[in-house]
Amino acid sequence: MSEHTQNQDQTKPHQPLSEAKTKDFLTVLIEGQMFGIPILQVQDVLGELKVTRIPLAPPQVSGSLNLRGRIVTAIDVRKCLGLPPMDVSDNEKRMSVVVNHDDELYSLIIDNVGDVLPLQNKDFEPNPATLDIIWKSISLGVYRLDGKILVVLDVPKLLLSLQHPN
Amino acid sequence: MDDLIIEFLTETNESLMELDTDLIRLEQNPNDKDLISKIFRLMHTIKGTCGFLGLPRLETVAHRAENVMGRFRDGDLEVTAAYVSLILESLDRVRFLLGHIEANGTEPEGNDTDLTTRLDAVYEGRDEFQTSGQPASQPTPAPGPTEEVDLEALFEPVKAKPAEPEIMSESEPGSTEPNPEEEEISSPPPKQQAQQKETSESSIANQSLRVNMDVLENLMTMVSELVLTRNQLLQISRGDKENSFVTPLQRLNHVVSELQEGVMKTRMQPIGNAWAKLPRIIRDLSIELGKKIDLIMTGQDTELDRQVLDMIKDPLTHMVRNSGDHGVETPAERIKAGKPETGKIHLRAYHEGGHIIIEISDDGKGLPTEKIRQKLISKGLVTEEDAEKLSHQQIHQYIFHAGFSTADKVTSVSGRGVGMDVVRTNIEKIGGSIEMKSTEGKGSTFFIKIPLTLAIVSSLIVESGGERFAIPQLAVRELVLVSQKSENRIEMIKNTPVFRLREKLLPLVSLESLLKLGSNEDQKLEDRFEHKYIIVTQVGNYSFGLIVDQVFDTEEIVVKPVAKILKDLELFSGNTILGDGSVIMILDPGGIAKVTGESNLTDAERDAVDESKKLVSDKKTSLLLFTAGAGSPKAVPLSLISRLENIDMSKVEETDGQMLVQYRGSLMPIIPFSADMSLAKDEMKPLLVFADRGKSVGLIADEIIDIREEAIEIQLEGKRKGVFGSAIVSGKATEIVDVMHFLNSVHGDWFKDHGDESFLTHDKMKQNGISRTKRILLVDDSPFFRNMLCPLLTAAGYEVIAVDGPSKALELTERDENFDIIISDIEMPDMNGYDFATKVRATQKWQNTPMVALTSHATPEDIDHGYKSGFDEYIAKFDRDTLLSTISKTLSRGVEI
Repeated sequence: MSEHTQNQDQTKPHQPLSEAKTKDFLTVLIEGQMFGIPILQVQDVLGELKVTRIPLAPPQVSGSLNLRGRIVTAIDVRKCLGLPPMDVSDNEKRMSVVVNHDDELYSLIIDNVGDVLPLQNKDFEPNPATLDIIWKSISLGVYRLDGKILVVLDVPKLLLSLQHPN
Repeated sequence: MDDLIIEFLTETNESLMELDTDLIRLEQNPNDKDLISKIFRLMHTIKGTCGFLGLPRLETVAHRAENVMGRFRDGDLEVTAAYVSLILESLDRVRFLLGHIEANGTEPEGNDTDLTTRLDAVYEGRDEFQTSGQPASQPTPAPGPTEEVDLEALFEPVKAKPAEPEIMSESEPGSTEPNPEEEEISSPPPKQQAQQKETSESSIANQSLRVNMDVLENLMTMVSELVLTRNQLLQISRGDKENSFVTPLQRLNHVVSELQEGVMKTRMQPIGNAWAKLPRIIRDLSIELGKKIDLIMTGQDTELDRQVLDMIKDPLTHMVRNSGDHGVETPAERIKAGKPETGKIHLRAYHEGGHIIIEISDDGKGLPTEKIRQKLISKGLVTEEDAEKLSHQQIHQYIFHAGFSTADKVTSVSGRGVGMDVVRTNIEKIGGSIEMKSTEGKGSTFFIKIPLTLAIVSSLIVESGGERFAIPQLAVRELVLVSQKSENRIEMIKNTPVFRLREKLLPLVSLESLLKLGSNEDQKLEDRFEHKYIIVTQVGNYSFGLIVDQVFDTEEIVVKPVAKILKDLELFSGNTILGDGSVIMILDPGGIAKVTGESNLTDAERDAVDESKKLVSDKKTSLLLFTAGAGSPKAVPLSLISRLENIDMSKVEETDGQMLVQYRGSLMPIIPFSADMSLAKDEMKPLLVFADRGKSVGLIADEIIDIREEAIEIQLEGKRKGVFGSAIVSGKATEIVDVMHFLNSVHGDWFKDHGDESFLTHDKMKQNGISRTKRILLVDDSPFFRNMLCPLLTAAGYEVIAVDGPSKALELTERDENFDIIISDIEMPDMNGYDFATKVRATQKWQNTPMVALTSHATPEDIDHGYKSGFDEYIAKFDRDTLLSTISKTLSRGVEI
């Protein structure tokens, strides 16, 4: 099929014993912005797979794909965030993160996948009041990192926003 | 044995077996509340079921035991060792009775007063422990003896018995019940029972096994996955025939198919399960409404998937209720209408292809067309003007619309206007369809067509706009390849594409534009619809064509629901993974029909008209159209042609002025259709071969055009030989070829063997100015025979109407149909030919119509019987020559008269 790692299993041992002080996030990059997805929601990380288009589906839904016998609905997170499609000249392959929501699998297509980071609770902040309204609706808050800001993706909300457009 | 009883036995035996293990705990802890409640519940269930099944003895025991258990359960009475024995004895008695029922189908003789009196005593507080003033909470006797008694009671209830009468006699010295004789009668059973228990540990219980539904569902999912993987493997191996995997793969293929079938079977349930409640509903309904209704159910054993069964349960109940409430009239009304007082609702289920058909018919008042029309107008669903134009069938269809009810009053049963539309939606949801026929005053019939199973569906894979889709094959009627340059082309009305399919306009839907897959709307018509396929799809009565680019294979697919965020997409019923591993969307024909404008009323009507036409007449003939020489296209009945060949004109030889060709080892005479044809030696020409009894003749044509189904109606008499005349075939003037002319020109004796010259008769008739073809009514229950005779008679120049039974034939009298002759089979299931003849003679219209009987065995008695019943001629089946000559003789006699 393609390269994929069972992040969930790998990262569990790293979880510090002092529970609740940190949370593990899989970091992903979209248009240079770092996002975090709570690691427990992540099922798989995939390279580019053949996606079947679903006619008449919302534009954010890029199609469906076969992940080891299960049908996964692919969501283009860029489109969800109101970002332009990725520059074709960027010869990099796009990656996707498979998440489980309501016993259904969704593959979130993003630009690139980074590390799994344990983030300190003290670095967490709610969404800035002036954040873009679309972003605000699908973000749980932000973490202040060294020189970077990480936006936490609210996966259930992201998917729900597709179910009832606008 | 009754299914219900078997089920009851299985269930009860299972519960008893479960209790067995728990009973050991009862010894140690007599006041185990859970266990007591369990026994209580079991007794309660047995009691309830027995009353229903008519097993009084078992019921009594269970009832009394339940009373006592009730007291224990409520903590009213402490369970002591003696009581434990009593409980066990009751259980054993139940088991004994069950064993007897299982073995003999009935309850054993005798009664259980010995046990029941004691149980009653305990229940009423008259037994020794309660009457002797000992506190109920007194500690139970020493464990030792208790155990002994109880174990005995458990395994050998007979031995436990002697202990009991003592207790009883002490507590009720004056009691009349347990007299010695009765003891005698009722004591043998436990012995039998003990024996039985040893020999056969309930055979019925062992034959079936209860499995949790989840386990089966899981199994089904796994099998579905296996089917997909198999498909994938097969796809891979298809390209590589020499592979060493091929053989094992084939075996795997078989095994998986069988496994799939087996697992499907575990999910199958008889439809009777969904009907179980209906008799009761009808009974209650008839009491409430003061009607007399008989519910007749046939085909309860028809099995279908549990999932499907669950889905149709409610719609069915609703429809049967409807039939009872709206359909069947009150006894007074029925008598007035000349019908029997008791109305009938007939529920029928049967298999047909991959479907189950459920018919619900009643002989009630039918749909009140005028009333519906008025209602439609008053509800503003149609304008008054339009309403006048609607036909009956169209109006009837409105009962499937939301917010519509014809009942004047809203009863507790129906009339609230949420009904048939919900029924239809539910049935369509599972890929089924519903149709109805109704005659005012005579009743209505609903046909529900549902798939056997939902899990695995055979589908056609098509491509449109570069994407592949699956269409459930159930909905696909046929495929048509269109090309804008040929006659098979798509035409446009404004921007709506339509297609002429056998002289009917088929509305078309372009899948590409429906799914917004491409943007070639601005292309020229010729290019847009060049080399496309039309998938003729049928949803209920409504047919439409789907335009697609490409049609691939059919594949067994496992329907998986689409993700929740996509569930608003009406056009898809699910998605699946194909053999090659790609994901594909499954189109929902029902959804497409809905989205593309549900104009199905008109179409349904048209179809209905067509159908009734079909019933009345099969006069359409398949015609082969060809060109030969100058002039209009020629047509010849396809059934007369035995083969079509292409001949090389250079191979044609000539002897004695006759063209010949070597054909299959012998010489076949060939004739050019007309003299003005070019017969250059270097050409290939199509040849129409007519063959009969070892003789054959070839007719040279220029080009084969098409095969059409048309009613031949000769409008212009032919002036030259070899042509009957001209008729309109597919909108063009076409010459109908008189094949016999050509055949006779070669083989003068072609007809001699037949003993009849029906074609010539036909010609003669025309010469006499009788241009109307003779109509023959053929009544035969065997489709094979009908199919054999129809072309024969049609070719002989008659118009044949074939029906499958006398009742259908008699229906035709009501339609003002007239025939010149009736040919009838004798052995038919519903009504035999003699009765039919008698009935025909009794009608006014047909009393003088000549009748010919056909039979496979004709003894003098039979023939005599036949003449007495009203037949004019009596001939053996399979003797076609005599048949033809008899028909022409009988007819000519009729003409003379």
